[in-house]
Amino acid sequence: MPTLEIDGKQVTVADGMNLIQAAEQAGIEIPHYCYHPGLTIAGNCRMCLVEIEKMPKLQIACNTRATEGMVVRTQNERVKSVRASVLEFLLLNHPIDCPICDQAGECKLQDYYMDYDLQHSRVPVEEKVHKGKAIDIGPLVMLDQERCILCTRCVRFVDEVTKTSELGVFERGDHCQIDLFPGSRLDNPYSGNVVDICPVGALTNKDFRFQARVWYLDHTPSLCITCATGCNIDVHHRRGQVYRFRPRENDAVNKYWICDEGRASYKSLHSERRLLRPMLREHEQWTTAPAEDAQARVIRHLQEIRDGAGADRIGALISAHASNEEAYLFTRLFRDAFPGSKLAGLSWSPADAFHDDFLIDADKNPNTNGLRALGLSLDASEIVRAAEAGELKALVLWRTDLARSQGETWLERVAEKVDFIAVMDTDGHATAEAADVLLPIATFVETTGTFTNRARRIQLARQAFIPPAEVQEGWELLSHLLRRAAGADLYASAQSVFADIAAKVPAFSALDYATIGLHGAELSA
Amino acid sequence: MTEKILLRHEDVPNLRRIDVYEADGGYRAARKAVTEMQPTQVTEEVKDSGLRGRGGAGFPTGVKWGFLPKGSTKPTYLLCNADESEPGTFKDRQILEQNPHLLLEGMMIAAYAIGCHTAYIYIRGEMVLGAKRLEEARAEAYACGYLGKNIFGSGYDLDIHVHRGAGAYICGEETGLIESLEGKRAYPRVKPPFPATYGVFGCPTIVNNVETLACVVPILNRGAKWFKAIGPEKGPGPKLYCVSGHVNRPGVYELPMGTPLREIIYEHAGGILGGKQLKAVIPGGSSVPLFMPDQLDTPMDFDSVAKAGSLLGSCGIIVMDEDTCMVRALQIIARFYHHESCGQCTPCREGTGWLHRLLSHLEDGGADSKDVELLLQIADNMMGNTVCVLADAAAMPVKSFVSKFRGEFEEHLRLGGCPLKRSPHSDPTPRGEGERLHAHT
Repeated sequence: MPTLEIDGKQVTVADGMNLIQAAEQAGIEIPHYCYHPGLTIAGNCRMCLVEIEKMPKLQIACNTRATEGMVVRTQNERVKSVRASVLEFLLLNHPIDCPICDQAGECKLQDYYMDYDLQHSRVPVEEKVHKGKAIDIGPLVMLDQERCILCTRCVRFVDEVTKTSELGVFERGDHCQIDLFPGSRLDNPYSGNVVDICPVGALTNKDFRFQARVWYLDHTPSLCITCATGCNIDVHHRRGQVYRFRPRENDAVNKYWICDEGRASYKSLHSERRLLRPMLREHEQWTTAPAEDAQARVIRHLQEIRDGAGADRIGALISAHASNEEAYLFTRLFRDAFPGSKLAGLSWSPADAFHDDFLIDADKNPNTNGLRALGLSLDASEIVRAAEAGELKALVLWRTDLARSQGETWLERVAEKVDFIAVMDTDGHATAEAADVLLPIATFVETTGTFTNRARRIQLARQAFIPPAEVQEGWELLSHLLRRAAGADLYASAQSVFADIAAKVPAFSALDYATIGLHGAELSA
Repeated sequence: MTEKILLRHEDVPNLRRIDVYEADGGYRAARKAVTEMQPTQVTEEVKDSGLRGRGGAGFPTGVKWGFLPKGSTKPTYLLCNADESEPGTFKDRQILEQNPHLLLEGMMIAAYAIGCHTAYIYIRGEMVLGAKRLEEARAEAYACGYLGKNIFGSGYDLDIHVHRGAGAYICGEETGLIESLEGKRAYPRVKPPFPATYGVFGCPTIVNNVETLACVVPILNRGAKWFKAIGPEKGPGPKLYCVSGHVNRPGVYELPMGTPLREIIYEHAGGILGGKQLKAVIPGGSSVPLFMPDQLDTPMDFDSVAKAGSLLGSCGIIVMDEDTCMVRALQIIARFYHHESCGQCTPCREGTGWLHRLLSHLEDGGADSKDVELLLQIADNMMGNTVCVLADAAAMPVKSFVSKFRGEFEEHLRLGGCPLKRSPHSDPTPRGEGERLHAHT
């Protein structure tokens, strides 16, 4: 634990920290381009040069370890002058693309120019070295070689993280350019990360290009729910529309990365089949209904079955896409109000689901372990069998598309045998089309909830924006159903539901949203 | 010193053949080292000799060998830097092409001293003849049992490989060379770690220049004292001086370290071409500051040249006569460094091109009134701020040329181009040689 002095501040840091990290701990920013904590040190941008006492030459902070008694200066005239000169070199051949560059607003060239340079160009525009523009290098990524500052983060990423090595530096001197190796495409499952780590607008995301100016976007910390890893993400959104997901650092889960599938999953949030209002089917005709009516209808049907044929003629399935809060309330609903009903969790993934030994898990559900920890059986076979055998009078499906997991013909057969199907979901999928009552619920970005990942790490996805007018948050809808069915008190928030879980389920005890925080917490055994 | 050690092939025909080399006393030193001495004794002998690296930096060779970590479980490698490519420098080529066994023998001794069993000669791809002759010599050495297993029956094993580079100036920088040898783009590595602890394939590595390794043979044959008695105490030994430019007899001259520049140019290289006046000399390859005619009595050794304000570097002495256009000469040097900058770090990648552009404007017309001052500022901003010293190599001549011949640069500015444009002597490069700077003669 060396103690050193940076710009007059004493700071004690962990062994092995470099000066960029040490300064950050002291609240001092050392500007940098090529340094990225998830990649090896390249030391090529020279933006992080600092003065270290007893060393005649300036040293790069990224490759200098903090040592005991070191005296570092990051703000004196000598350092500032070198920063300005490095920026001048970087901007020498840089195109004047800011008005049309998607990185505007989050471009480190812009930021550092404002902070450290602010001088007029001493090179005529017509003398700039020109390179390739808008080169399609992969399904997700577009390359602009002129904007590139050769920090080589992208090259190191494909060498060190994905180990696919599609990219390299070609040519020499100011003709250097990043490009694909002949015959290759940037088409690995993590290709989009090169866009996130590019400090300038050289690598842009085809999906996001020209869609929004970044300064208009709000950011909400959340989770990716495309598999059981639960990668941490930031949801970038505006006025109820999600524009992109970007990885959020969490060393315990995904470090700095997300997969391309997870990155693209924001598109499904704005599906054309999105359920936006409660619907009832009367005589094969769909009609919209107030939420209260639809809720009342579901509970009335279930109560009639319970009181008549018996609760064991009710099948209730909740997908492992549901949050812990939803799963807890769903479980309460059927255990408290319909004891004896058949209740199970469904953690379904395609048999050929892609997975690797890095982030992408074969379990395509974000909360399989959460459902388990809440005591839900993940064996839905009894419900499936009973439905097929005509033993069920009602099926209640929470975020569960049985047409997908069991097949559409199975669903058609079962729909004829089951009197009443209630579907609570975000999307009007094939199962929803077979329903008698549809209750729309919020997508995971429109609500708050916790998910327990493959490593039993419980993490919090925060609400980015409120759902559309007639769409309820899952916990809220279940809270209302619970009151109707069992007279329970309404919950005020997802947080209060979680407090109830922590109080009643041992695995969740001692946890709350504050403890879970931005980076999650281990579920107790 | 009349006896030729490193250029012995000039006196002994076909010295590149192993039988001739052995008949001339070849491989005695290696045999002695491997069969009669402990590795530490060899290192001590080299340390005692005061041998300093001939690649340019002049670091004491024995001390460098001593930087290897003790007790490492990883293999140790010896790399011979035969990527000679600094304009004005062509000394190693003499050894590679004409006396390859001298290098192999020097490598055997060095490898034995540092506990290395696999060594590489990284040779510049363009040196076709040198690579061919090295391969021939290597095959002969293997055939005689001097390389491979159980050398000289000592139980010591050594393999030497010849690796031809694809050609880039930066492959001559020791970590760029290591990266290239590993099959990667020749980018210099950020240090630390240094090659002695983390070199080729992540193992302890010593990189020595061809001439340095060649010097190890006479040190073992004749002893450190003999070597140390040649030239100055702090940097002794025989030295190969390459002389090119406007002289009557350009070439490589083996002379004692510390031979005065005047003697090298006027006695050995035959004086200035056409009896003209000397304008300036680059004493150590294109990257070092100029000497003016009043500095001709400087002894050509590491410390004396440094004291006089330049660097001995590779000892590539480039002579320029009174008719030389210094702007054009600098433009050509800048073009070389622009062409050769590996592009890894910002100041060098962008600065070398900027310098070249400005110098081209000065020479060809179109320069701005601030451009002479701008050249100095760019050079200042490049120096000392990069991963390796290529940026310094590009910046130092700019500072030197401009400060010593500022009037000439400003005259170019005033006249809108080179006043000597039509004179054949305004261009120090041979005509019709395209884009490359050929300091070789």
